[in-house]
Amino acid sequence: MSITIYVPCDSSAVSLGADRVAAAIAKEAATRGIDIHLVRNGSRGMFWLEPLVEVATAKGRVAYGPVQPADVSGLFDADFTQGAAHTLSLGLTEELDYFKKQQRLTFARIGKTDPVSLTDYVENDGYRGLKNALSMTQEQIVQAVTDSGLRGRGGAAFPTGIKWKTVLNTASAQKYIICNADEGDSGTFSDRMVMEDDPFVLIEGMTIAGLAVNATQGYIYLRIEYPHACEVLNAAIATAYKEGYLGDNIQGSGKRFDLEVRLGAGAYVCGEETSLMESLEGKRGLVRFKPPLPAISGLFGQPTVVNNVISLASVPIILDKGGDYYRDFGIGRSRGTLPVQLAGNIKRPGLVELSFGLTLRELLYDFGGGSASGRPIKAVQVGGPLGAYLPEAQFDTVLDYEAFAAIWAVVGHGGIVVFDDTVNMAEMARYSMEFCKIESCGKCTPCRIGSTRGVEVMDDIINGRNLDKNIPLLRDLCDTLLNGSLCALGGMTPYPVLSALNHFPEDFGINAKATAA
Amino acid sequence: MTESGTTQPTVQEIIAALKDKPGALLPILHGIQGAMGYIPAESVPDIATALNLSRAEVHGVISFYHYFRDTPPGKHTIHLCRAESCQAMGAKQLEEHVKSKLGIGFHQTTADGKFSLEPVYCLGNCACSPAMQIGKEIYGRVTADSFDATITTTEASA
Repeated sequence: MSITIYVPCDSSAVSLGADRVAAAIAKEAATRGIDIHLVRNGSRGMFWLEPLVEVATAKGRVAYGPVQPADVSGLFDADFTQGAAHTLSLGLTEELDYFKKQQRLTFARIGKTDPVSLTDYVENDGYRGLKNALSMTQEQIVQAVTDSGLRGRGGAAFPTGIKWKTVLNTASAQKYIICNADEGDSGTFSDRMVMEDDPFVLIEGMTIAGLAVNATQGYIYLRIEYPHACEVLNAAIATAYKEGYLGDNIQGSGKRFDLEVRLGAGAYVCGEETSLMESLEGKRGLVRFKPPLPAISGLFGQPTVVNNVISLASVPIILDKGGDYYRDFGIGRSRGTLPVQLAGNIKRPGLVELSFGLTLRELLYDFGGGSASGRPIKAVQVGGPLGAYLPEAQFDTVLDYEAFAAIWAVVGHGGIVVFDDTVNMAEMARYSMEFCKIESCGKCTPCRIGSTRGVEVMDDIINGRNLDKNIPLLRDLCDTLLNGSLCALGGMTPYPVLSALNHFPEDFGINAKATAA
Repeated sequence: MTESGTTQPTVQEIIAALKDKPGALLPILHGIQGAMGYIPAESVPDIATALNLSRAEVHGVISFYHYFRDTPPGKHTIHLCRAESCQAMGAKQLEEHVKSKLGIGFHQTTADGKFSLEPVYCLGNCACSPAMQIGKEIYGRVTADSFDATITTTEASA
């Protein structure tokens, strides 16, 4: 009987050599006359163990990692095809602590299945949400999403059900569903993993959204930096059309939904929903004034749902198991689960999906294992380049939208970037201003000019020039950006800058100066 | 009537195939850059005519997006990540090494035309920082040594 061996095709695994490992396994098996069935699965999200090779056994899938091509011959010698012991043995994959302690709802299939196999998808509870949705009224679908308490996972945390309801109640001949797949935040990769490792869940979520609000056209606005996700999505969309899950008669219901991937072109600001729509319309990605809300007048002036990948990918399980099921995870007003991404200087980087309510400390140490360098963790930036830097004193903050807001921080898209004590926070503050300067769309003055002035002021501060004058000037500038910018790019750049200044004043030369004076 | 550009047939084919899509400009620009490696200035009048836009509008879109370029790139384009996660794992030192190894800065191409170097703000490979991309290949946990080995292999495969 043929033995099934799994080698991930996720691009992070590939970046560490998974393709070469897969080729080496296929070659070695052929040489030894061993009949194997090689599956390119998604990643389990334990990236310090990638490339993570799994073998299907009677007891379950057994993991080996990290595997390099040079290890392959030795693995065969040790009979790894029978799940035998080897120095790279990790035991049963799903018994690994990091994996076992998670609550995977949105990521339920990820790492288990072949991403582009519709059969795998359907056999692992896929398209059950759509089946239910097809037997429900539009109001019932929207109600289920509202009941789930799902809030936008892109960063703004706006209740998804309310957004959908607005679009449903706005009459128009043409409405749109846009998936915001412009995941540009450093330290985040959960969108990429969904698109590369379980594309049908996004397609299903968007189809349900289309049915719910009467939209017949969907666009996935995907960043150009994700070429592998683009290939996988296009392959999955082609299969979905062929099998009647997209097109003019979805599963014989007579309902229509068309879906297309559109590529961005390297502009971070196009992750802002109105800028994204300008870009989709073929224009410069300039931010629009709001109102009108996209839900009333969005793409091509029509009512439009714009949701993040994770928000849309969470819809199928909500429609499958009910809004209550999803809502019963989480705390306070943060319902359900959040796929957290541990990145930067951390020993065990990866994807951790859990109910809201865990502390940062548990994530950083229990899951992450502390810094990769072995040095003390000095700061973490949560929520991407516009998120605040948090010092050790705040690591007991609970992962919850409101708890983060209370300490002037954001959960954002759930990315956590770890820095050890070698980081200079004034340099990081300068980088935040520089990033804003590079990525500003230029429409509003506070962001366009403020970011340039911000870099100059930070250069003065870093060089110790006129701190008495420049520190208040930096605060004043941040106040202007915060209150005067049109969108979150300028409006939130003060989060990393001021949090760095407030929590790490010594890096800005303030304590040193006080001592000298 | 705008003046007609002296563009290769491939540009005309791409424009004809995509011009009726809603919001066709970015797909057309991607099509042209995908085929030619950049967007030649001569193609701008033809794009503008096909989409009923002014040349200034088309130029404005090309110049807005970091990814689009109006000059030919080197044989291989290296996208080196500068974002926070990679910085936390030594991206700044790697950037210095890469620049000195290639003898160029960001947005430049080596004299022999082999490599162009571009900064990128996140490749979504933050769990394997620092990261870079050459063509469509992505690399994780890049060190000075692994960078040197990678460009040697890339040069040899060309």
